[in-house]
Amino acid sequence: MSEHTEKTMKPDVLEARIGVFVCHCGSNIAGYLDCEALTKYAATLPRVVYAKNNLYTCSEAGIAEIKNAIEQRGLTRVVVASCSPRTHMPLFKSACAEAGLNPYLFEMANIRDQCSWVHMQQREGAQEKAMDLIRMAVAKAAFLEPQQDIESSLVRKALVIGGGVAGMSAAIAMADVGIDVVLVEKEAELGGLLRRINRLAPKGEKAEDLVRDLVQLVLSKENLKTMLESEVTGVGGVIGNYEVSIRNGNGLEIQEMVGSIVVATGAVPLQPHGLFGYNGQNVITQIELEEKLRSGELNARNVVMIQCVGARSPERTYCSRVCCLTAVKNALYIKEMHPDAHVHILYRDIQMYGAENEKLLWDARGRGVRFDVYDVGRPPVVKEGAVELYRPLMGEVEEIPCDLVILSTPLVAPENTPALANLMRISIDQNNFFLEAHAKLRPLDFATDGIFLCGTARYPATVCEAQAQGLGAASRAETVLFKEKLVASALISQVTDLCDGCGYCVDLCPYNALSLEEYERDGHIYKRNKVDKMLCKGCGVCAATCPKGGVVVCGFTRNQLQAQVDAALEAM
Amino acid sequence: MNRDVLVIGGGIAGIQASLDLAEMGIKVHLVERLPSIGGRMAQLDKTFPTNDCAL
Repeated sequence: MSEHTEKTMKPDVLEARIGVFVCHCGSNIAGYLDCEALTKYAATLPRVVYAKNNLYTCSEAGIAEIKNAIEQRGLTRVVVASCSPRTHMPLFKSACAEAGLNPYLFEMANIRDQCSWVHMQQREGAQEKAMDLIRMAVAKAAFLEPQQDIESSLVRKALVIGGGVAGMSAAIAMADVGIDVVLVEKEAELGGLLRRINRLAPKGEKAEDLVRDLVQLVLSKENLKTMLESEVTGVGGVIGNYEVSIRNGNGLEIQEMVGSIVVATGAVPLQPHGLFGYNGQNVITQIELEEKLRSGELNARNVVMIQCVGARSPERTYCSRVCCLTAVKNALYIKEMHPDAHVHILYRDIQMYGAENEKLLWDARGRGVRFDVYDVGRPPVVKEGAVELYRPLMGEVEEIPCDLVILSTPLVAPENTPALANLMRISIDQNNFFLEAHAKLRPLDFATDGIFLCGTARYPATVCEAQAQGLGAASRAETVLFKEKLVASALISQVTDLCDGCGYCVDLCPYNALSLEEYERDGHIYKRNKVDKMLCKGCGVCAATCPKGGVVVCGFTRNQLQAQVDAALEAM
Repeated sequence: MNRDVLVIGGGIAGIQASLDLAEMGIKVHLVERLPSIGGRMAQLDKTFPTNDCAL
């Protein structure tokens, strides 16, 4: 039986004037459900004073209808039966607000994603389910209460972790628009991987020139503080107000308050110990070759490069993306330095993506660089003074004489990535690279608000790409930092008088939003739960855990949910 | 100095640039040649690797 009787309802609930808008969503809903019948049904529900169906409720016309109905029919609650709240709830809520109705007095019934789309083959059942969903939404709507958005101030300052090309680019961009920036680099010098590279493909600029230019820009900004040999050791707080602990070069802990964080911790080339006879002498990696090319101390005349060493394998399933380009680029520089040198590139697949890079491959072929495919099931064998190559097409084994073997190894995530991810409560993927919130919708964002990602910390990237991502992440951080104040939803946890401070919910909160506080009543000290309004996401874990009703989530209170459940059971 | 920004092209790059600028409090004029924004993305069904509906 229902807990709610007409007698126990507050006047606000009893006198609610509910408007229901049933959306056809073109044919997405109306193709499978009878929307006109649903609208007629909605009009019969308690406290519904207006019901209307329209082609697209999210269209300009649909929004205008909601606003007009609020004003002319005196609606005090609005229910839209349409798509998922994820799609258009913000739009419908703001329509309510524009018509003078508190936006928290809005409720949505998902008759598309959860009904018409999934029950296309069972129309009768779907029609009944849609009626149930609308009846439940209307029942809950009566019990909705007005709320105020939660506002907080923010610190217009950013932290950039990592002083490679991505991090420096992000830091410079933010400093340029007047944001105070703290740039933390764990090495003694800025530049990251770029400091070990010789020249950049495809144009051949010297990497050291780019590093020098970027470092000069970083050092020239008065509002950009660089901390070398420093590491982030703690991150607390939330978007707009992150409290960061940094251990500086002297081992001192420094505290900084920042509004946003850009993670640009980069990647490192895999050291291929135990692979293809790697010894760091005459079997070296591409990055070690870059250093030799840079210092000009390359004497080898017979060079063999082996691609995909330790990459695209069961341990590391990904393609490191930049190695094909790097190998071809370095082959060209070896030929430039020693035109009579023989360079062989042994590959599985060659991919020179990008606007200008394909040309490098043809240049290399034109200069006599040899490309030979190898079979991953029978890879090349590095011997003293030669590489033994099995040619899958010919079915023959060939010995290629050489005095230097170069292994193209993938970029891998730095060792401390999981620790740093843990510190900031951000995600990493199966290869320990940082993981963005959404590959397409939010490629430079983390799921944690106010923290952004760029460069090879996510995935191997060229210098240009790392730079572009750095600028992009800066731009994303600026969308936070240029706000006057932060506004968060009021649909979060609220502690009630029934809380006795048992603390069950505190340990379970996935956002660390709960803590226990002491308070005094009648000369006694008691404990109760306290909600950090900016940390709480309103997930409801605490409310579901509490056996006493000591904590509830606004918008999902006991009586609101009870009304919904009662309405669902009515059809039984 | 006029602080408004003109974005030419209403595909995903243009839309994202416009949204970010608007979030920063800058007035944006987004110009698209066709009757609707969305560009190539709006012509796709699902996109790898997440298989979301491109629309």
